[in-house]
Amino acid sequence: MSARLARRDHVAAWLFLVPVIIVMLLVAVWPLARTFFFAFTDAYLDDPSTYSMVGIDNFLDVINDRSWWVAVRNTIVFTVISVAIETVLGLAIALLINEAIPGRGMVRAAILVPWAIPVVVSAKIWEWMLNDQFGVLNKILIGLGFIDHGIAWTASSSLIMGVIIFADVWMTTPFMVLLILAGLQLISPEIFEAAEVDGVPAWKRFWSITLPMLRPAIGVAVLFRVLDALRMFDLAYVMAASNENVMTVSIYARDRLISFQELGVGSAASTWVFLLVALAAIIIIGALRLDRASGELTK
Amino acid sequence: MTDIALYRTVRKPATYYRVRRRIVRLLQSAALLLVLLYTLFPYYWAFVSSTKQGAALYRAALVPALDFTYYRQLIDNPVFMGSLLNSAYVAVATTFLSLFIGLSAAYALGRIDFPQRRALLMIILMISIFPQVVVLSGMFELINWMGLFNRPSALVLTYLLSTVPFTTWVLTTFIREFPRELEEAAIIDGCSHFRILMKILLPLMGPSLASTGILAFILAWNEFLFALTFTLTDENRTVPVAIGLIAGNSRYEYPFGQIMAASVTVTLPLILVVLFFQRRIVAGLTAGAVKG
Repeated sequence: MSARLARRDHVAAWLFLVPVIIVMLLVAVWPLARTFFFAFTDAYLDDPSTYSMVGIDNFLDVINDRSWWVAVRNTIVFTVISVAIETVLGLAIALLINEAIPGRGMVRAAILVPWAIPVVVSAKIWEWMLNDQFGVLNKILIGLGFIDHGIAWTASSSLIMGVIIFADVWMTTPFMVLLILAGLQLISPEIFEAAEVDGVPAWKRFWSITLPMLRPAIGVAVLFRVLDALRMFDLAYVMAASNENVMTVSIYARDRLISFQELGVGSAASTWVFLLVALAAIIIIGALRLDRASGELTK
Repeated sequence: MTDIALYRTVRKPATYYRVRRRIVRLLQSAALLLVLLYTLFPYYWAFVSSTKQGAALYRAALVPALDFTYYRQLIDNPVFMGSLLNSAYVAVATTFLSLFIGLSAAYALGRIDFPQRRALLMIILMISIFPQVVVLSGMFELINWMGLFNRPSALVLTYLLSTVPFTTWVLTTFIREFPRELEEAAIIDGCSHFRILMKILLPLMGPSLASTGILAFILAWNEFLFALTFTLTDENRTVPVAIGLIAGNSRYEYPFGQIMAASVTVTLPLILVVLFFQRRIVAGLTAGAVKG
């Protein structure tokens, strides 16, 4: 290809990219830049045009706030526990569905249902099912003789985090199942047949063939889920708006920004959220690369 | 295959294997039933509850009472129907805009070799992992400037933040899967890139656009944070926010029957879409993630 032709191609490429660049500058780059900027001002939401620069005061204000650290702890506890459960459960269900079973298409569709339901709606459904007096879950537990009277799942501050994690696991395990299933289907069945013929027991086949070969798929799924869980807002907001025990960093930041109208401090809190998520992304992507690199060394 | 298996050292009688296989099959079916019960029961229970009136709601009968009073109330409720319309408008507009922008970008990123290609793909992926709360302050200002505050159109604009990177990324993966030979004759004939996209690729991309579009639609239909923050009045809300903000007259009168009816109504279109387009949705979900 001649240089002139290549240059024409490059111009064409940028022309095709004009819409995405304009939109991303408008809704991503510019708002992000303004958030960073406001984080250094004492602006209020009712009149963002009057402000003065206050340096890093807002950032200090946030990290000196006890409830910020409660939010950070909640967010991390929620993320670690729910993603861990989702990964194990997702792997188990994916392995089950990967077997030749009748009606596989329908089963996959059925498993997608919780994922398609809006988070708010799932929150309400679980709130109803977990209702202390009339909830079906308490009735089942009483019927089975595990408890004598209903437990107030969503009203108790010690149980609420468990409830939120439970609901999140219900909603997002399908996503894990699909990604892991896609990874499973990339593994050629000959490897398993060969191992089976050689008399390698099932658990060992799983441990030393399936799991290592699934690692990239699981890694990507975990990355997506962790980043998503770290910014969780709607579930905790709808199920327990005022409960400090499940306040996430996103709820904290939005509260200060919108409810307290503190544009400056709210922006600083948002910037901390950004840094938290970026740090998690760097750590996970780093771990994935490291795995891949060491995997290639041993080959 | 079988003659190789004969070389195994210990060989148990054939009935042992037959019984064992049957037990494994049985356990698998039981596990599968359990999984289906776990994923489907809550939605079924929401439906059952939504058709019960008064005291029946508080009895744990598993069969629906099929009393559709709450649904009739919803249809007669102009505010709820309004929010359904808002949701439909916002989700459809977001989907079409993101498909258009994403397709255009995906052609450049998937088909044309230019030096900054990889860097751009990385930037787009990074934007898609932004926590929404991080752009809230700047977005607030942007929407005020454009005079869109408390209008559903504001949501269309803000949802592009998450749907455009998504459609761009997934459509790029799909476009790369088409063999390049398709366009070679056209390139030799000096056909423009625009014509290649419109005349050769677009007719083939129906299924890919459907997969991507359905996912973008679900993302937009389900969004909560921006919808909660950028709309103020009941008539401009989307359904998730409307449902999220339903509260009873008092703590003791939480209208669960109505909430469940609303929940079933909002989710029904999504469930039908998922059941019909299951294959397409899985293709879209996995295209970006695993193959990328």
